[in-house]
Amino acid sequence: MAVIEVEDVRRSFTVRTRDGRWRREKREVRAVDGLTFAVEEGECVGYIGPNGAGKSTTVKMLTGILVPSGGRLRVAGVDPAARRAELARRIGVVFGQRTTLWWDLPLRDSYELARRIYRIPDARYRANLDRCVELLGLGELLDTPVRQLSLGQRMRGDLAAALLHDPSVLYLDEPTIGLDTVSKAKVRGFLRETNRERRTTVLLTTHDLTDIEQLCGRVMVIDHGRLVLDGPLERLHEIGGSERTLVVDLAEPHPPIDLPGVRVVRTEGPRQWLAFPARQSAAPIVAAVAERHPLVDLSVREPAIEDVIARIYAGSAAVPAP
Amino acid sequence: MGGVYLSVARGAFRRYSTYRAATLAGTVTNTVFGVILASTMLALWRARPGLGGYDAAQAVTYIWISQGLLVTVAVWGGGFQDDLQARFRSGDIAVDLYRPVDFQGWWLATDLGRAGYQLLTRGALPMLAGAALFDLVLPADPLVWAEFLLSVALAVVVSFGLRFLATLTGFWLHESEGVRAAMTVVSMFFSGMLLPLALFPGLLGDLARVLPFSAMVQLPTDVLLRRRTGTGLLALYGFQLAWGAALLAIGRAGQALAVRRVVVQGG
Repeated sequence: MAVIEVEDVRRSFTVRTRDGRWRREKREVRAVDGLTFAVEEGECVGYIGPNGAGKSTTVKMLTGILVPSGGRLRVAGVDPAARRAELARRIGVVFGQRTTLWWDLPLRDSYELARRIYRIPDARYRANLDRCVELLGLGELLDTPVRQLSLGQRMRGDLAAALLHDPSVLYLDEPTIGLDTVSKAKVRGFLRETNRERRTTVLLTTHDLTDIEQLCGRVMVIDHGRLVLDGPLERLHEIGGSERTLVVDLAEPHPPIDLPGVRVVRTEGPRQWLAFPARQSAAPIVAAVAERHPLVDLSVREPAIEDVIARIYAGSAAVPAP
Repeated sequence: MGGVYLSVARGAFRRYSTYRAATLAGTVTNTVFGVILASTMLALWRARPGLGGYDAAQAVTYIWISQGLLVTVAVWGGGFQDDLQARFRSGDIAVDLYRPVDFQGWWLATDLGRAGYQLLTRGALPMLAGAALFDLVLPADPLVWAEFLLSVALAVVVSFGLRFLATLTGFWLHESEGVRAAMTVVSMFFSGMLLPLALFPGLLGDLARVLPFSAMVQLPTDVLLRRRTGTGLLALYGFQLAWGAALLAIGRAGQALAVRRVVVQGG
């Protein structure tokens, strides 16, 4: 069953710009322009797009703090804007750049408050808190005032706060922004675990594509308020025209190697960079090169997802939405 | 549901109690100002005995009570106002709207918690200092003190109602600092913080007596100085309650408009 249903949703804003000394011009900006998708229970979906593409606007509509200008929205079976308070009990929201924690008080106090706000039964509260404390390594932080926590610690604290009431849907907006590698790994591990074990549906907005690669089976790319891609991660590579690179070190400098389906992108003394489509196997190319030239060393580089995304953003108008 | 607001108030109380140095510094400030103002009043009452129906000892007592109320009732603003303004500026206000709790109720609870803490520190300590340094006329009857505390609680609600309205303008203006500054001036003047309202002449006095600001300082001191007893006391509570309820209701309507604006027009 789809937990999130979005059908032809639109949202425009009126922006007033100054035009001369007195006149003001009104302009309509379409932040979200005919968005349609559905997220099934237990899915973990990456939601990416350049700044200003409409990601936050979508999330705000899904939580009910923004009313769509048109179209139909359902989260956990209800219309978010019409039943915001009711929905708030069934969703969790984490913003990497904001906090819901009580700044001057120990972390524990914020959790106690969450227990009352969401009316979490005692046993469930204790079980959930224990789980979060263990998986996120919060044990020693519970009695520390939030203002004394590092960014990574605070982020982990916020994640726990968003999950104590067992939300069926979790919205994450750049949960790893500004975190070091260790904290990022902890946060990702926790999210993977939560998604798998609790079947919590996750919608993850991020600019860190490693988040997506490690957590999401499915990616949606939005640009100019429209979906330009919706599918498994591998489709990104297909659509983005990804290439892998074979780097070969020959015994001595040589003119660019000429092989069918392979293009030499760079040469540097005896070293050459050969690009080929990502779907193709590297083995026959290696064999062909080795057959003709004495090979000293070689390595294969995977396509950087960043480059793929950059290509998709750059040519989003040309890519047909599925 | 009441449990939520109770723990919010308790949290706010504890939160303020973490700033010990600030509390101490503030208490000293209140005490110093109390000494200056009380000495001024003594000189004034020596020249004009019986001014406004107060004798010199009562006038000095008035000063010390009002010093105790200044921060407790947040006569010149502050408390939740600082937090809420910061949340407008940072955009954290969006997070508040995700919570399944009442926005106004949440902030009222934090302000009551804050007032509770400040009554015990910045309210009680300067008054104790004043009692040690000057001859004050304070009641011995604990019932009068209980009546006083009730009127202080109502004073905080009225003050909250006013500050909440001022801060709500942040939904439209993004920055309610100007509105707040204007209200501070009006509030200090019409609450009785500068001088007892009985000293205001004619129309100005009449005006001061019907505005909500008098509920913040003048009326609680009237209770403790026993200037209002019996039905007069009931009328005083009625006045505070009416203004408190009216301001909360207006604030609630304003909040609905503001949320609608955010929800419909975007932040």
